[in-house]
Amino acid sequence: MTFRISTTPIEAASLQRALGDERAGACVTFEGWVRNWNEGQPVLSLEYEAYTPLAEKEGERILAEAQQRFALLGAVCVHRVGLLQLGEMAVWVGVTAEHRGAAFEACRYIIDEAKARVPIWKKEHYASGATAWINCATRGGHSDPAAIPPA
Amino acid sequence: MITLNVQYFAILREQRGVSQEQLSTAAHTPAALYEELRARYPFTLPGDRVRAAVNETFVDADKVLKDGDQVVFIPPVAGG
Repeated sequence: MTFRISTTPIEAASLQRALGDERAGACVTFEGWVRNWNEGQPVLSLEYEAYTPLAEKEGERILAEAQQRFALLGAVCVHRVGLLQLGEMAVWVGVTAEHRGAAFEACRYIIDEAKARVPIWKKEHYASGATAWINCATRGGHSDPAAIPPA
Repeated sequence: MITLNVQYFAILREQRGVSQEQLSTAAHTPAALYEELRARYPFTLPGDRVRAAVNETFVDADKVLKDGDQVVFIPPVAGG
């Protein structure tokens, strides 16, 4: 059970190999990618920032919760930080279990909880030149993309 | 007065203009400290949208701060 913040590209293949377990009949993985469109605006790139010590601690807590709730054999989550281009992998989750039901449910639980709780922030850079910290908008505030003139 | 180390991330780092600072304050809770900082810097997020962490652990906004604590205010998160 490992949750890690990474400053370098995520190596999904080696992460998945490391989950190898002869007891496992199922491996479910999830990849989160940088997409080109969000909330009605074309996106050029993303910047992720984390409070790493607390992010890894909270992430490990989520993996422990997943292990308690579902019949898991292994679970790993790696989240990238830094400037990412379209198509790059921002997050990878992999879980193994004897059966697929637990693996699917646990994978979903881990990514949902990670998005809701782990201190990681995302700044979108738009084609218009504007930027915005996601979820941090306030009325007329600095983080409202519509309120920021192009740089 | 107590002396605290405060670290800023994401939107708060940009609005504060530094990523960390040491400061002396009469505030004895994260909630009071955030209001003090909000009066001084152009923070747009209201206190009820910011969580607090002390010494790398999430805490309640009314936790009592002590000299030397490392305080981080957590803006709404957006991983994934």
